[in-house]
Amino acid sequence: MTWWQRLWRRKKMEEQLEKELHFHLEQHASDLIARGQSQGEARREARLALGGPEQVKEKCRDARGSRWVEDFVQDARYAVRTFRQQPGFAAIALLTLALGSGATTVMFAVINGVLLKPLPYPEPERLLTLHEQDQATVYPFSYLNFLDCEREAHSLAAMAAMRNGGGTISEPGEPEYVSGRQISSKLFSTLGINLFRGRAFLPEEDRPGGSQAVIISYRLWKNRFGGDTGAIGRRLVFSGRPYTVVGIAPSGLELMGDADVFTALGQNTEPIMQNRDIHPGIRLLARLSSEVTLGKAQAELRLIARDLAERYPKSNEGHTITAQPLQQQLVGDVRSTLWLLLGAVSLVLLIACVNVASLLLARAISRERELAMRVALGAGRGRLVRQCLTESAVLALSGGVLGVLLAAIGVRPFVAFWPGDLPRAEEIHLDWRVLLFAVVASLVSGVLFGLAPALRAPARELEQALRAGGRTVVGSSRRLHSSFVVCEIALAVVLLVAAGLLGHTLLRLSSIDPGVDIHNLLTARVALSPGALANPATMRGAWRDLLDRVRQTPGVQSVALTDLVPMDSDENLIGYSTTPAMPPANQITLSLLTSVTPDYLKATGIPLRVGRFFEEQDRIGSETVVVIDEALAQRAFGNRKPIGSRLWVQFLGPAKVIGVVGHVRHWGLDADDQAKIREQMYFPFAQCPDQFLRLASSAMSLVMRTSVAPLNAVEAARREVRGVTNDQALYDVRTMEQIVSGTLARQRFLLLLFGVFSGLALLLACIGIYGVLAYLSRQRVPEFGVRMALGARSLDVMGLVLRQSLGMIFVGVVLGVAAALAAGRLLGRLVAGVRPAEPLTFTVMVSVLVLAALFASFLPARRASRMDPVSALRQE
Amino acid sequence: MTPPKSDLPQGTLDLLILKIIALGPVHGYAIAQRLEQVSRGVVQVPEGSLYPALHRLENRDFLAADWKETETGREAKFYRLTRKGRKQLEAEAASWERLIEAISLILGMADGGAQ
Repeated sequence: MTWWQRLWRRKKMEEQLEKELHFHLEQHASDLIARGQSQGEARREARLALGGPEQVKEKCRDARGSRWVEDFVQDARYAVRTFRQQPGFAAIALLTLALGSGATTVMFAVINGVLLKPLPYPEPERLLTLHEQDQATVYPFSYLNFLDCEREAHSLAAMAAMRNGGGTISEPGEPEYVSGRQISSKLFSTLGINLFRGRAFLPEEDRPGGSQAVIISYRLWKNRFGGDTGAIGRRLVFSGRPYTVVGIAPSGLELMGDADVFTALGQNTEPIMQNRDIHPGIRLLARLSSEVTLGKAQAELRLIARDLAERYPKSNEGHTITAQPLQQQLVGDVRSTLWLLLGAVSLVLLIACVNVASLLLARAISRERELAMRVALGAGRGRLVRQCLTESAVLALSGGVLGVLLAAIGVRPFVAFWPGDLPRAEEIHLDWRVLLFAVVASLVSGVLFGLAPALRAPARELEQALRAGGRTVVGSSRRLHSSFVVCEIALAVVLLVAAGLLGHTLLRLSSIDPGVDIHNLLTARVALSPGALANPATMRGAWRDLLDRVRQTPGVQSVALTDLVPMDSDENLIGYSTTPAMPPANQITLSLLTSVTPDYLKATGIPLRVGRFFEEQDRIGSETVVVIDEALAQRAFGNRKPIGSRLWVQFLGPAKVIGVVGHVRHWGLDADDQAKIREQMYFPFAQCPDQFLRLASSAMSLVMRTSVAPLNAVEAARREVRGVTNDQALYDVRTMEQIVSGTLARQRFLLLLFGVFSGLALLLACIGIYGVLAYLSRQRVPEFGVRMALGARSLDVMGLVLRQSLGMIFVGVVLGVAAALAAGRLLGRLVAGVRPAEPLTFTVMVSVLVLAALFASFLPARRASRMDPVSALRQE
Repeated sequence: MTPPKSDLPQGTLDLLILKIIALGPVHGYAIAQRLEQVSRGVVQVPEGSLYPALHRLENRDFLAADWKETETGREAKFYRLTRKGRKQLEAEAASWERLIEAISLILGMADGGAQ
């Protein structure tokens, strides 16, 4: 018989069991009567010999394997029935659990999508990213090094390069700036994916002078070509050049963010592509050959790098090539934030569990009489434990289902709220892994909070319980209750202190002067008219013209160009020396380099310390000049006077220092102090050598000081920028305030979440304290009655209750502070700017908790103190 | 004076039940009586644990049961041994004999053990 057959025949089985035992008793009795005993006596003796019939039946049922299924169904139905009878209890418990498990599920869904799910390419674990690296810095590749590497690396089955290359599409349709990528021909085959339509670039198209082919994104195909299947072979004018569409990328393809236009990297004929010294933002993807380990590939790449360094010592000295798995690189430092949040959210779930456990325990104690009755009627101890666990499992699973519903609603807003771009955000769904996690998490928490009441339930003296009817509390349950409260307080302290540390950090960082006057400052990227890019002279002219027109815009006080927006996540490093002899590449001192126009200081509000800033006469042909910041002045010249001294700068040659300006916290308010390269150097855009002008022009941003709210000046500026040819676009418009607050986005985001979590924890802990104390003092009503009858005043009774709660609070706070010190150290390591042990924060947050906890215990204390001693004594 | 009754050694109740049932189909009460008679009151079998044992053995397919009338005309559940039960009985009986032999060997050794 299988268990389900037994389940069906259960009723019959019960009848037969009853009949079998009945027969036994009758037979025994009639034997005894035959031996001369009276009928009554005989029945009594037979019954004594057998033992309690209900106990025997219960053991018989246990002896049959199917018991747990039958019991589970029965218990689950019973549990639902009892919860319905206590809707208040059930609602609080369910809500607590739903919040806890909902928040945990959201965090897991994000972790699952971002960190755990494999990349959407075949054999994603074989995909790597490659970098050039020296002791100080990680570089993108230079194009020539990529070509050598691709030719020589045998441990890599395929390798591809890509680089940002946006531009303006002027045909078909309205002119529009779109983001683009310049890619090498093997990109799609390296990733292992097919194009949606058409083909990838041929090797001969990936060369200077190859036919002008272009691949477009699925979205662009839908928007510009209306999803027409005849789009392949059509004409597309991009950055002023005509191309033929040869392929359509699959939808949802993300390569360094999404892009609309892909052109062949090999057709880029700018001089920067032929210079090994320059690393024009080329990212490398590679696929490991089968049966080659990552370690072996890394070793081969190191050899190639050493070989390149020997052949090209000037540019490659000290450079090595590193490879790391693509997924690891994509996810980057989001990993620590996510695990941190999952940790915090688990603490909330833990508090929720403790809370429900103490509710259940209180309920179990008041049900003592019921349980004792069940034992008397034949229930075994194991059976009762199982029943209690079933009840909590029912509770936990219902809470879990509600939690999943909450998570389904909450996960999208959470992702949208993430500061900056969450990598792989499109991969976040509630899939089976997330559901499995939710079920397991709720079951584990069900066992966690169900175990304590379950294990203590049958452990009591039967007779005593029946007599007392659940009115007395033995020491063990009071200790258990107190330890619940202690746990809750300790956990709440950890979360509160973490939130406090983050809040303090944010306050401290926000008050730091970024070095730029961030109010009324607008920044925007500009794409010059493709026609103006013809030669250096037209480019210089176009920029001069553009500045003049924007300067005339109403609401704009001053305007300048820069190739590096302050505090934007971008960098441009250059080596310099105070002596004419440049040290070798791996020992050179680096500085940030920014190329700007003369009004840059006026627009940004960066203070001039000594000397002068650039003027119109600093142009190509005049003496090369630079302006340095305080940090570089200190580092290069110490106490000597920098003005009039010379610096030898890579690519610029000897340059005269004409001014010193204030330091800008380029790496962010939080991270700038720890940044490896803080020094800053400015040089006039007008002195940019012709060979770099095209590259520089593609990186230029406008900075505008406005007299009105900066975003109000955007439209007018946009009109001016469009120009006579109507094909210059302003894009990436941001205010400086947005950029600065963006550098603190991570801290602010964490603070908000920790704030919510710790608020939740505080609330739950207070509810827990209130519940436990209310329960404990109700149990002590007779004791208080006696005390009051013997002369205790209501204040004394209140003191009694409060003292009990103070004891729990004290222990909880001590444990919590110890744990918070450890948590603070972790936070300090993971979040820039957090100092792990700030006594002030600890004091404030602990005080908040103690006050809230005291308030929660004050209510039951007051109720206890106000009771009427006579009626209290009558209860006994 | 009646000798003090000892408890049944662990695991032997099943063996005794199987042996009794092996003699022919029998109901629970009769098994209890047979146990008492055969052991001459030396061994105490709590009747309360007889039925759980029967159900356990039935559940493991060592026993099968039919409802039949007794000679007094009442319906009772008669247990009989299955093929699997008979094998189990043989195996358990054999291992019990080995155990007894080993124990009596040790006990017998006690006299001349000093050599």
